[in-house]
Amino acid sequence: MLWNRPMGAIKTVYEVVKSVILFAGSYLQEGRGDSMSAENENSGNGDVESREEGGVATSTDRLVDLYRNMVLVRTFEEACQKGFRQGKVGGYTHVYIGEEAVATGFLDSFKEGDKVITAYRDHPHALLLGSDPKEVMAELYGKGTGLVKGKGGSMHLFDVERGMMGGYGIVGGHIPLGVGMAYAQRYQETDHITQLYLGDGSMSQGAFHEAANLAGLWGKGGMCPCVFIVENNQYGMGTSVERTTAMTDLAAKFDAYGIENEKVDGMDIEAVLECAGRVTEQVRESGKPYAVEALTYRTAPHGAADFFEKYRTKEEVKEWRQRDPIGLLEQKLLDSETIDEDGLQEIKDEYKEQIDEAVSFADESEEPAIEELYTDVYSGEDEYMGEE
Amino acid sequence: MAETKTYREALREGMVHGMEQDENVILMGEDIGVYGGTHLITDGLIDEWGPQRVMDTPISEGGFTGAAIGMAMMGMRPIVEMMTWNFSFLAADQIIQNAAKVRYFSGGQVKVPLVIRGPNGGGVQLSAQHTHSLESFYGHFPGLKVVAPVTPNDVKGMMITAINDDNPVIFLEAGALYGTKGEVEEGDNSVPFGKARVAREGDDVTLIAYGRQVNLCLRAAETLEEEDGVSAEVIDLRSLRPFDEDAIVESVEKTHRAVAVQEQWRWFGVASEVAAIIQDRAFDYLDAPVIRVSGAEVPAPYARNLEVAGFPSEDQVTNAARRVLYIEEK
Repeated sequence: MLWNRPMGAIKTVYEVVKSVILFAGSYLQEGRGDSMSAENENSGNGDVESREEGGVATSTDRLVDLYRNMVLVRTFEEACQKGFRQGKVGGYTHVYIGEEAVATGFLDSFKEGDKVITAYRDHPHALLLGSDPKEVMAELYGKGTGLVKGKGGSMHLFDVERGMMGGYGIVGGHIPLGVGMAYAQRYQETDHITQLYLGDGSMSQGAFHEAANLAGLWGKGGMCPCVFIVENNQYGMGTSVERTTAMTDLAAKFDAYGIENEKVDGMDIEAVLECAGRVTEQVRESGKPYAVEALTYRTAPHGAADFFEKYRTKEEVKEWRQRDPIGLLEQKLLDSETIDEDGLQEIKDEYKEQIDEAVSFADESEEPAIEELYTDVYSGEDEYMGEE
Repeated sequence: MAETKTYREALREGMVHGMEQDENVILMGEDIGVYGGTHLITDGLIDEWGPQRVMDTPISEGGFTGAAIGMAMMGMRPIVEMMTWNFSFLAADQIIQNAAKVRYFSGGQVKVPLVIRGPNGGGVQLSAQHTHSLESFYGHFPGLKVVAPVTPNDVKGMMITAINDDNPVIFLEAGALYGTKGEVEEGDNSVPFGKARVAREGDDVTLIAYGRQVNLCLRAAETLEEEDGVSAEVIDLRSLRPFDEDAIVESVEKTHRAVAVQEQWRWFGVASEVAAIIQDRAFDYLDAPVIRVSGAEVPAPYARNLEVAGFPSEDQVTNAARRVLYIEEK
C-alpha cells in the first residue's frame, strides 16, 4: 500500500522542503535570487527559506476537503492500475500516485473561466476540475460514455466546459498551446488565467524553451497570465533529472526567459496551497507568467507497468513514501485532532465506493458506435474526407 | 466589379477583409510587422492595425505556431505566416500532432480556426533547404485542410474562406508569383474549398496541376494547340484537401487522357493520387495511361540551370501530353 505516514513528528514547511531538496540532489543554489532582481517585484521568490515565516493558515475544514480530493485521485489511480493489469485499460496509462498534492493544491485556486492544460499524466486534473469519475474511467476503458467518447483515452482527457483543455501525449508539445491560451485570455480582456502543468522531462524539449520565451515576452506587456507548474517527479520516464540536464535547478531555468519562479515542496499540500493561492492571484493581477517547480515523486511506475527497480533503488522509493502527501496530511489531521482514524477510514471507504461505481459504469458501458470513427475529424459540414 | 491586382495585394486584401470582419483575426509571424514582411505581404499593416493585430514573433516556429493553436482553441482566429514553408518543419509537431488532431482526440470539444500561410515551392535559386513543395506532406494528415491558389482572385477568395473555416488550413502560396497580376473581385469573393477550377477548356487531353504549375500547363496548352492542333484542358485543383475528384473525373470522361503535373518529387505525391483517382473512377474512359510529370528526385540545387532542369518544364508537359495522345514527341 502506498498510504505511508511519516515517521516521527511533522517537520516545518522549510525543513520538509529542504529535506526534499537535499534528497533530490543539490537544488539549492546560493544567490540565484539576484538574477531576477530586475523583474522581481516580490523579493525572495525562488528562495524557499524566505517563506518560512509566512506560515499557512489553512482551516481544518479546508484541509479535510483537500484530503478528500487527494484520496479521490489516489483511489482513482489505484483502480486505473488495476484496470490496466486486468487488460481493461489499453494503450499507455500514467498515474499520479505520490504527486497528488501538486494538482490538488493548485487546482484549489482555480476560478471559473480559468484554463488548465497538461501532458498525459492528466487524470487528476480532470477529476479535480469536477469531471465525473465515471466518465473518466469509461474513457480509460475505451467506452462511448467516456469523457471524450472513447477517442482519446488516458492521455487525452478534455472537459472544456470545466476548463480542462486537455491532456497531450507528446512531451512538451502542449506547452506552447498553454501560453497561447493565456495570451488569448488577455486579448479577450478577461481576468482568467491558465494553469500550465509540465513535467521535468519536458524542460529539455525545444517546445518548452520556445514557449517560455514567448510567455516571458508577452508577459512584459501583461499579456500572458500563465502559471507554469513543473511537476518535478525526479524522472522523465526512467531517466533522472541529474542524467538529463547539467543545470538541475529547474525553476531557475525560467530566469532565462524573465519569468519569476520559485520551488515548493510538492509533497506538502499546505505548502502547495499557500504557494498556489499567492501565485495565481499575482498572475491574475499582473498578466505576467510565473513558474513553480513542485518537488514531488512518483511512487508508482512511469506507466501503469514498468520495472522501476531498474532505474531507482528500493531505498529511494521507500524514503519518498515516508513523505507521501496523503500520509503527511493524515498525520497532521490526526495530530491536530481534526479527525480520527475512523474518520479517515470513512473518507477512504466513501471514495472506494465511488470509484468502484465508476469502474462498474466503465465496465458495463458500451463501446463507441462504429460511426464515431468518422466524426470530429473536422468542424463543420465536411466532417469526413474519406470512404466509409 | 474587378480590378487588376498583384497576387501579393490580393492576398493582403483577403487578410484585411478577415481582420475587418472579426477582431479575433490576428496576424502573427517573423518580421511581418515593423519590417513589413520578408515578402512584403503584410507591409504597412502594423501601422493601420497595431502590434496586437499584426504581431512580430521571435524566430520560433514551433513556439508561435503552438501558441496560435492555443489561441484558436480559445476562439481567436490567428493567421500565422511561415516566412517560407521550409521553416514549418520546425512547427510540424505542433501542426500535425496538435492542430490536426486535437478536435478528434478531444471528442469534438474544441475547434482550431487557424490559417498557416506562406510561400511554397521554389524557382528563385534558394537551393536545398529553402525549396520544398509541402502539399503532400501536409495533405497526408486528416484534420488539416490544404489549399494552393495560383491566381490573384483565388488567393484572396480562398484566404477569406480559410479565415472563416473552423479548421486548421494549410495555405500554400505560389511564392514565385507574388508579383503576378490578375483580375480580383471586390469585396467578399470567397472561393469554396474542394472545388477545382477549369483554367482552360479543351477536348483532347486534361492537364491537371495546382500552384504555379498551372501556369506551366497553360503555356504548354498554347504550344500544343499551335504546334499539334491539340485542344488541352487545364484543371487547377487549387484545393488539395478537400479534393475535387469529380472535376478531374468529368474532364477525363471528356478527354480520355490525362497528365498530372507537380513541382514536388514524384514519389508519394499529389500526381500519384490524381492518377489513382482516375484509374479508380474513370478507368473505362481512359485511352492511355495517366502520366505524371514531377520534379527531379534531388534536393533543390542552387545553380540556375540546374534548378530549372530540376523542375517540370514546358517541354516535359507538352511531350507527356503527346505521349498520351500517341503523337510524336518533340
